[in-house]
Amino acid sequence: MMDTYSIMRAFADSWFLIAMFAFFIGAALFAFRPGSNKVHKDIANIPFRHEDKPAGDRD
Amino acid sequence: MWDYLKLVIFALITVLAAIAASYARDVAYQVHAILVVLIAAGLFVYTLRGIGSEKVVETGYMDGPIRVGAALTAFWGVVGFLVGTFIAFQLAFPELNFAWAEGYLNFGRLRPLHTSAVIFAFGGTALITSSFYVVQRTSGARLWGGNLAWFVFWGYQIMILLAATGYLLGATHGKEYAEPEWYIDLWLTIVWVAYLLVFLGTLMKRKEPHIYVANWFFLSFIVTVAMLHVVNNLAVPVSIFGSKSVQLFAGVQDAMTQWWYGHNAVGFFLTAGFLGMMYYFVPKQAERPVFSYKLSIIHFWALIFLYIWAGPHHLHYTALPDWASTLGMVFSIVLWMPSWGGMINGLMTLSGAWDKLRTDPVIRMMVVSIGFYGMSTFEGPMMSIRAVNSLSHYTDWTIGHVHSGALGWNGMITFGMLYFLVPKLWNRAGLYSLKLVSWHFWLATIGIVLYAASMWVTGIMEGLMWREVDAQGFLVNSFADTVAAKFPMYVVRGLGGVLFLGGALIMCYNLWMTVKRAPAAEAAGDAAAAPAE
Repeated sequence: MMDTYSIMRAFADSWFLIAMFAFFIGAALFAFRPGSNKVHKDIANIPFRHEDKPAGDRD
Repeated sequence: MWDYLKLVIFALITVLAAIAASYARDVAYQVHAILVVLIAAGLFVYTLRGIGSEKVVETGYMDGPIRVGAALTAFWGVVGFLVGTFIAFQLAFPELNFAWAEGYLNFGRLRPLHTSAVIFAFGGTALITSSFYVVQRTSGARLWGGNLAWFVFWGYQIMILLAATGYLLGATHGKEYAEPEWYIDLWLTIVWVAYLLVFLGTLMKRKEPHIYVANWFFLSFIVTVAMLHVVNNLAVPVSIFGSKSVQLFAGVQDAMTQWWYGHNAVGFFLTAGFLGMMYYFVPKQAERPVFSYKLSIIHFWALIFLYIWAGPHHLHYTALPDWASTLGMVFSIVLWMPSWGGMINGLMTLSGAWDKLRTDPVIRMMVVSIGFYGMSTFEGPMMSIRAVNSLSHYTDWTIGHVHSGALGWNGMITFGMLYFLVPKLWNRAGLYSLKLVSWHFWLATIGIVLYAASMWVTGIMEGLMWREVDAQGFLVNSFADTVAAKFPMYVVRGLGGVLFLGGALIMCYNLWMTVKRAPAAEAAGDAAAAPAE
């Protein structure tokens, strides 16, 4: 029977490490998905909208 | 109804704090209890006088806390730099540890006051201020939670007040950058949860389909700091009427928890949060979108996944197991890449607009700040290598490294943010004087160069002196020998501080005159139609 530390340590060193690594690689690859250029261009321009008042305030 | 409830709460706090003040077991606790009585009683009267007044439905952006925040950021900056310059001279001239102020104004008491004043008062107020500004503009929505934003803002300032007075009166955990005692920790936890709610609430009601990258950085800063703060400050108070508490962890576990906290305070407070500023204010000042949005996404995730492991590099050659300090070292070195990715992203935002460097001292300040971000994120990984660390650790090289990051990166980007924000917040066409910004820029830059260069020299010198052995294997230098040899560099470092402080004072004058004297911006309608060049 293993103690709690050893169980968690074994899990952290194997499955959770793989899960975190997969998430990281996945997030990086997702940024390069087809069609992302247009979306990213739109997001990058957010700071240049709604400078003075919230969206929908002027109507 | 809510107003009456508030009155009851304030009255209760006043009475309970008065009782606590009379039972207090130490001076710091007593002073703090009296401060709480005064603040709660003041709020009681303020609420009472406001009862029955008409409630107006607020529209537009909530800029009240941001205006106060911009002013207080400048104020705390000057206080922090002043204390820092003073303790720099205390190290050079020990006579400045006045006998009459022993136990209050000596180096040991003032040093945590300096670090907390610059990191948490100056940096923290700058972060709350800019995050409130940025999250509203990039979400196209007013801050969520109404007056909760004011609670976050003033609640944080009360934390600073209690922490600062506590240090001078000797109430401290003794944990670097986590010195405030248990009740201040509890208060900060409440304020921080409210901060998270305001930020998340605003993001939830955003009108833009996407969350802009600056908000990702701000959010990671808020969430991670909450986690670090709670875990590192686990402690049991000795008495509910005293400021002393005992840490839950002991020995090497405590050391590892402390530097897991300490390094991530650098990573998430002073890096992630300030990167949030960079990703908004640099594109705004350069008037062009960030160089690569894809790179900013990779920058974000790489930073989040790597930083949290870097802490053990503070504990080389200690009781910490070798594998843990190797892990910290390796992750610190890997961290170099995303940091430089972010630096390139910030700098290249200016591609096609490099001419602005010649005409706009504010963008010059931001570019130098990104440059210092790059330099200190190269120096840091290098110093985390065990062999380099055996020379640099415990020397002034570390202090030089920290200040090239703090003065260069955090200081300069915050100055840039203030120069951008103040004309916008007070509806001014521009700053009072660009010439004074240039003066500030050069004073601050030369100040940092003097600081960092003198600390490199003195740090490497003392590291080499400590390890020097003669033919028989005896140490050549005593500790006092190294202290004596460092004197000239300490004076140069102090002068660097004076220059940096002088620059900050010029900034305060310039910002004050901007609010008082600069011409008002044109009417909002015209401004929207044709952005001013």
